[in-house]
Amino acid sequence: MKKIINDANLVEEQMIQGLVKANPDKLKKLNCGNVVIRAKKKEGKVALISGGGSGHEPAHGGYVGTGMLDAAVAGPVFTSPTPDQIYEGIKAVDAGMGVLMVVKNYTGDVMNFEMAAEMAQMEGISVESVVTNDDVAVEDSLYTVGQRGVAGTVFVHKIAGAKAETGASLSQVCELARRTAAQVRTMGAAIAPCTVPAAGQPGFSLGSDEMEVGIGIHGEPGTHREGLKPADAIAEELLEKILAGFELEGNDVAVLINGAGGTPLMELYIVNNHVQDVLKEKGISVYRTYVGNYMTSIEMQGFSISILKLDDEMKAMLDAPADTPAWKE
Amino acid sequence: MVSTRDLLIILKRISARIEENKQWLTDLDRPIGDSDHGINMARGFGEVEKKLPGLEGKDAGTVLKTVGMTLVSTVGGSAGPLYGSAFMKAGMALGDKTEISMADFLEACDQAVLAVKQRGKSDAGEKTMLDAMIPALQTMKEAEKQGEAPKIILKKGVEASWAGVEATKELIATKGRASYVGERGIGCQDPGATSFSILLEAVLNWMEDRV
Repeated sequence: MKKIINDANLVEEQMIQGLVKANPDKLKKLNCGNVVIRAKKKEGKVALISGGGSGHEPAHGGYVGTGMLDAAVAGPVFTSPTPDQIYEGIKAVDAGMGVLMVVKNYTGDVMNFEMAAEMAQMEGISVESVVTNDDVAVEDSLYTVGQRGVAGTVFVHKIAGAKAETGASLSQVCELARRTAAQVRTMGAAIAPCTVPAAGQPGFSLGSDEMEVGIGIHGEPGTHREGLKPADAIAEELLEKILAGFELEGNDVAVLINGAGGTPLMELYIVNNHVQDVLKEKGISVYRTYVGNYMTSIEMQGFSISILKLDDEMKAMLDAPADTPAWKE
Repeated sequence: MVSTRDLLIILKRISARIEENKQWLTDLDRPIGDSDHGINMARGFGEVEKKLPGLEGKDAGTVLKTVGMTLVSTVGGSAGPLYGSAFMKAGMALGDKTEISMADFLEACDQAVLAVKQRGKSDAGEKTMLDAMIPALQTMKEAEKQGEAPKIILKKGVEASWAGVEATKELIATKGRASYVGERGIGCQDPGATSFSILLEAVLNWMEDRV
């Protein structure tokens, strides 16, 4: 393993400290754990809290700030934060109007956030949660834990965050967050795995001519493996799965070409070049496009495509001002 | 009968066995999960070990509830809430007891299994730790009914637990992160079922070593 770190056990803490030191006027870290909150607490609004394992930078700490999150709780790399840490985050940001937790659908995250919500509710804090499940690679059925929450979650942060900033009630923010989560679909592929610092070796290995399709965001293997194809062909394969049965008639979409961490922007733009052409050909109107590292898997080489079906309120919230380290509007 | 002093010794041995098997558990998690089960469990039980000296003289309920809360706040992932809830519920079942009989132990195990089912919204046959826990508990209850000695009851439980682990190889996961790899997980044993078996075996080993 070759990484620019000091100690595998200090990765999360030192990364959070570095993020806060880069944005001293905007962010601060709670003393009791790896919880990033806004430097100035905003009163009179629903608080938004998200988080998960580390290794997804700039998620989630990078999305703390005006127009997006109020707190981000960082667990160890690819491991959910614990309920006590999440609870500290909830207490720190609750301004009396309640707290909305944005949780990605992974078993650990869901259980830890659920326990934290139970703790907060016992203290009289209103807590609601939205569980994102945008990954279409995994089939949804009654017999599985459902689809994973991946890069499309960032759209929920942005749209629900902007709604909360307007002073909307917890139920209003929650409703829009769930509506957004229900309208975003994502799928990804990788050409090289990533290494969790504490594990020291990659989560899977790939031959020089292979790629892993249907990856999540935790370095875990995907749904299947196939021979490496040109960028356009990969993009088409992912889009086909995303667009299958997605009723987009009459609606604009937002597109997110998300890098997995080790893929250069050059390659992401090459993917976007074809994604835009395919969408145009299909008569799908693109309202906004975002290309970059929004929800990474450490140094994994790969990308995902997210398509969000927009309504007027979502458009307005997507375009509302945001001032966070990783998303400025 | 097991005293609370014995309980602390058992917990220390569990912690040592988890540390010894840290790499193995992590390796098992690699093909079907995200390669961190051993790391997370070792971190959690390492913290549990640090708390043990402070638990001298406390009742069994307090000891196990403290273990559960420590696991919840240090393991993370899904193992944290699951093992944490299991120990907390087991502790609640034991309450202020300072001597634990076999019947108490089985009741605590019953509550632990229930806690895992509830927290994980899961049941047997989904390639999870429950596939070791449920057969182990069932076997121990039957052995107790037949009037077997505690050591034999535990031995049978441990055997059933490892048989349950073996059986997870053939299962397709429908819960937890292993469910994302679906059929590709066939042939892999479940790391959570494995760590539970290690834990139960540590209890047996303590019993066997007791003069």
